[in-house]
Amino acid sequence: MSNTASHTIQLIPRPGQHDGEGARVAEAARRHLHLHTGAVQTSAVYTVRYPLTAAQLQSFAAQCLQDPLLNDAALDQWAVAPEFKSYILVAKGPGVTDDEGTSAQNALQDFLGLDLDIRTQHIFSKRLYLLEKELPETDLRHLAEELLGNKLINRFVVGHTAQGIRDFTPQPGGGADSTTHTIRLEHLTDEELVQLSKENVYALNLEEMQAIRDHFYAPATQISRAEAGLTPDPTDCELEILAQTWSEHCKHKEFAAVIRYRNAVTGEEKEVDGLFKTYIKGATSEVDRLLRANGNDWLIKVFSDNAGAVRINKDSLFVWKVETHNSPSAIDPYGGAITGILGNNRDPLATGIGGARLLFNTNVLCFGPPNWSGPLLTGQLHPRRVFEGVRKGIEDGGNKSGVPTVNGAIVFDERYRGKPLVYCGTGAVLPMQLDGKDAWEKIIDAGDRIIMAGGRVGKDGIHGATFSSIELDEAAPATAVQIGSPITQKLAMDFLLLATRRGLIKCSTDNGAGGLSSSVGELAGISGGATVELEKVPLKYPGLRPWEIFLSESQERFTLVVEPSKLAELNALAAEMEVELSDIGQFTDNGRLDVTFDGQPVASLALEFLHEGVPRKVLDAEWQLPTLHEPKLPASLDATDLLIKLLGALNICSREAVIRQYDHEVKGRTVVKPLMGRTGQAPQDAAVVQFNFESWEGVAVSNGILPRYGDIDPYQMSAGAFDEAVRQIISVGGKLPNLTPGDGIFWSVNDNFCVPDSVYDPVTNPDGKQKLAALVQLCEALRDMCVAYHIPLTSGKDSMKNDFKADGQKISVPPTVLYSMTALMPDVRRAVTSDFKAAGDVVYLLGDTYDELGGSELYHLFGELGQNVPRVRPEQAKELYQKVSEAHEQNLILSCHDLSDGGLAVAVAESLFGDDNLGAELTLAGALPAPTELFSESHSRFVATVAPEDVVAFEALMNGRATRLGIVTDNGRLVIRHQDKTVVDAATADLREAWSNGPVNRVMAGEELTLQA
Amino acid sequence: MADSTAAEQPNNEQRVHALVLTGFGINCEEELAAAYRLAGGAATIVHFNEVLGGQTSIHDYDVLNFPGGFSFGDDLGSGVVMANKVRFRKLPSGRTLLEEIGAFIQAGGYVVGICNGFQMLVKMGLLPDFAGQQEREVTLTHNASGRYEDRWVRLAVNPNNRSPFLKGLTSLEVPVRHGEGRLVIRDEQVRSRILAEGLNCLTYCDTTGCETAVYPLNPNGAELNCAGLSDTTGHVFGLMPHPEAFLSLYNHPDWARRKRLDPTLSEEGDGLKLFRNIVEHIRQTRAAQPTEATANQVSL
Repeated sequence: MSNTASHTIQLIPRPGQHDGEGARVAEAARRHLHLHTGAVQTSAVYTVRYPLTAAQLQSFAAQCLQDPLLNDAALDQWAVAPEFKSYILVAKGPGVTDDEGTSAQNALQDFLGLDLDIRTQHIFSKRLYLLEKELPETDLRHLAEELLGNKLINRFVVGHTAQGIRDFTPQPGGGADSTTHTIRLEHLTDEELVQLSKENVYALNLEEMQAIRDHFYAPATQISRAEAGLTPDPTDCELEILAQTWSEHCKHKEFAAVIRYRNAVTGEEKEVDGLFKTYIKGATSEVDRLLRANGNDWLIKVFSDNAGAVRINKDSLFVWKVETHNSPSAIDPYGGAITGILGNNRDPLATGIGGARLLFNTNVLCFGPPNWSGPLLTGQLHPRRVFEGVRKGIEDGGNKSGVPTVNGAIVFDERYRGKPLVYCGTGAVLPMQLDGKDAWEKIIDAGDRIIMAGGRVGKDGIHGATFSSIELDEAAPATAVQIGSPITQKLAMDFLLLATRRGLIKCSTDNGAGGLSSSVGELAGISGGATVELEKVPLKYPGLRPWEIFLSESQERFTLVVEPSKLAELNALAAEMEVELSDIGQFTDNGRLDVTFDGQPVASLALEFLHEGVPRKVLDAEWQLPTLHEPKLPASLDATDLLIKLLGALNICSREAVIRQYDHEVKGRTVVKPLMGRTGQAPQDAAVVQFNFESWEGVAVSNGILPRYGDIDPYQMSAGAFDEAVRQIISVGGKLPNLTPGDGIFWSVNDNFCVPDSVYDPVTNPDGKQKLAALVQLCEALRDMCVAYHIPLTSGKDSMKNDFKADGQKISVPPTVLYSMTALMPDVRRAVTSDFKAAGDVVYLLGDTYDELGGSELYHLFGELGQNVPRVRPEQAKELYQKVSEAHEQNLILSCHDLSDGGLAVAVAESLFGDDNLGAELTLAGALPAPTELFSESHSRFVATVAPEDVVAFEALMNGRATRLGIVTDNGRLVIRHQDKTVVDAATADLREAWSNGPVNRVMAGEELTLQA
Repeated sequence: MADSTAAEQPNNEQRVHALVLTGFGINCEEELAAAYRLAGGAATIVHFNEVLGGQTSIHDYDVLNFPGGFSFGDDLGSGVVMANKVRFRKLPSGRTLLEEIGAFIQAGGYVVGICNGFQMLVKMGLLPDFAGQQEREVTLTHNASGRYEDRWVRLAVNPNNRSPFLKGLTSLEVPVRHGEGRLVIRDEQVRSRILAEGLNCLTYCDTTGCETAVYPLNPNGAELNCAGLSDTTGHVFGLMPHPEAFLSLYNHPDWARRKRLDPTLSEEGDGLKLFRNIVEHIRQTRAAQPTEATANQVSL
């Protein structure tokens, strides 16, 4: 207790009260670190820097912090029972968000009935772990860093209790620092320019640095700078703004680049005039034309705002956005994931005017295997830790915001062990009109005020946009980490909802990557300029320089555009809802982004140069055929054994232990949940969510992702992922769009590309041309699929540098694309779930099976990749989907499950997981060998059941596209025959056990898996 | 800040009117308000500060609702910071909200807390409150599993229960969605009084309706396998599971199979019955005592 001005309150478990956290820490230390700690006792510690009397402190602790049934409190002294020999104190680093401390401040204010300063940190929360064994300090530190916190965020103090307990309390910031430096670019050599970019994490290449230099020293710029009172050399703030705005993250330079593409296999050569323009925007323009030609005009807003918007009905819009948060999740899995969720939530929230009601989250995660036993590079976290941290971040990000996580996926591959992929998706409903204005429009006029709402600004997340645009290495900056505060965001969200409905906000946007520099910079493009006064931005603590204030990515902030006449009413509402608003400047129409601090100019940039000045890249792509072969599997394979192995495979096994920790039904509208049936364990295809309690309209949500297929054929990987997402929606009862004029069945798709560095460099990236060619093919397939199904892309994202470099090695993700789809469900009561319902129902295979085991889970069991990758046949698929939808419309289908990883056998087994009493007697009549019939992953297929009385009508409707396999039985066994032989014979309960007891649930239970697991 | 639908309803005067609090991380207010509407009542959602600031009086309503969510992120323990506001913040009347709630209950009003709301009621000392001093006699803390979980459970209704919400019910299915739902009772005396007076109105049970301590049927390891409590008057009721998340059949994870086996199955969920009960109970109470229909306007 070195600081006499502060008080410490320690809460210790009462004798006899179970210390669950302590027990878990001891167990995890033993399992994962092989450290024997003996008993572990945890206590919560609060350091209070408000001036309190001894009596106030005592009663605050007793009344507000202590639970008299659970813990005792020690005041201004450490309570350490003699049996504990070692300790670890876990505090937060300076400036790190401390919600628990803030909540304690809230409680203190209520308790004392005083108006305290609760917006800056005066109570600091910590955890103290007391360990029975006297462990060496190196072991204690290892335990702390691996299990109790992250050294980028936390400060650890470890030691032996005999020497007393040392404390740590953050002392954030120094004095205010209004310094703005200038940086001379003139006469710098090319090497010096590149070096400058690297040192300052600008992530700009030589050409871009040259363009900036040339712009600044052009005579016209020099005149306008002199007029603005700025120096001839650019300021640090100006260069930082340009670096953020021109980052790959914000400007998508590689998706905009000219690509010289050559396919060495076919000899095709072409020049692609930007991937985004050609394939993504191009596809949606074409689909929009097809839709409108048929009277379907529900496509309202695409690519031009934080999220895409489609029309649900005359009163409301559906807003949909999926983004990635990979780099932050690699270095701080919990913080990266939670800010990913909260950040993605802000996109639909701040689309158009803003104030959409969030309806659901969906998350797709790609990790290295949790049982990874290979080496870890410097700075690389173990995949199990990344998995557990990201999972916890999603739990808190979704649950604490009251947004249900309705489905998702987890994909494992060794190549994700350097950088995980964390895709966060959020759907929301926005009224068509807000206070009589079109809610999806962003209108800004000169004179409108710039209002910042939500959290305060600190040094967190500085350089996030540029940081995510480069490869990760061991020197990842600590300031790039952001910590989310779901409670701060929930307050801001509740406020935005009311303020927009009362017409107090003209429009809004999110403060994400690049902070104010991006949000204001982008909005300024609408009115034609903006002036920001940085001294008016409230800080978490002093010591930030102007450019840091402008670029900080401190979370939970919105930028609001407000007419001056509405300010008073808006401020009153904000005060009542305890949301901090700051008036930080105004929009102008002078074509410039002006930034001042205490009246002194720190930046003045022409908007045109800021937004259009970035030089276009020209990149080379060349496709060479990968060397592939189709393996010969052993002749005598036991298909039952294979099925059981597949059900326990990392990419197929149950994710229940993860799913149950996400609230998937808050708001009371989730109709098809991730797991259903009598057992509550049958996995489902798409989720179905009702929009409100007044009608049965809702939305189906699905995700398609198939990275392994890309090792064989990127085009088919992309097409397959697209088809997978489509067929999941068809499976639950959705219907393709535009089949009939004016049917209003909206679809809204987000594409998210996550690829390794695809820019060729003879030394650092020798296979860059092949990677870029793969990306071109992914995009070609996407365009073809959109047009084939008349499904539009409404928003999306690309993340281009998913490589982790350290110790002279590079770990790159496989090129990965996720298609996240949503479609209107006119009546959610007609949704169809995947699980078999009753004995006697007739089982069908819908669609055709081909010899397509390439990239399959079956081959993966044998360590093979193969060659015959599943191909999408969009015309056949579309015809089938129309028939399936027709059958749904006539209520003929009782269960429907799409076929994907593990093929028919896995899909049938999963369909039985809703009820162990059920089984199935099936016969495969196909001519292919049994393993192919059972495990081929050919696309566009379903297993469906039909009531016996509907068989005639169903078969007539399907007209040859449905193959009768057999019936559902009540004997709890799955029996499959092929060419007069029984190939699968297993109890439903045993199959479910293999699936439930798979590696994912075991990892979640804290088990240390072996490599063979 | 009121998001009221009452104004749209005819004969508002006669409608049973629920006040649903929100703000600071509460997040189940919409479905809870919908539950009262679907049950034939009216519901108004207001921000906590509107009550603390005196713009809304709880005495103008029949049922005061503390919904689920993560008020203040569960920092300092679930429901604690919000409970402190209720206990310590002075309203313009000069009284704390807790004192106002005391008067509200005495005047015949009903208070219900669900999940985070139940945690708040417990931490305010309103449940079970044998001593009448709003002291903490029980608490709710981390699940035995150490995890937050979303799963469906079956509850047995104590036949000796005192809550009109549970009238006529013997058993129901509902989801739990919490990390801190384990009921801990202060001492043997409180425990035996809870049992003797039937305040443990809801109990985790197996498919046959028998009380069970087996995980995950009892999802959190609660003492007495208790999922919900009432006070001795029956006017204060709190539970961990979410009846407002089972308003329609289509909320249940097994709805599709059940509908296949029985196409005539009701489209209403078990959870809605609780709200129908309270609305009906208040309506009948009023009918029986017409002169006291506005009696809840009294002050301390």
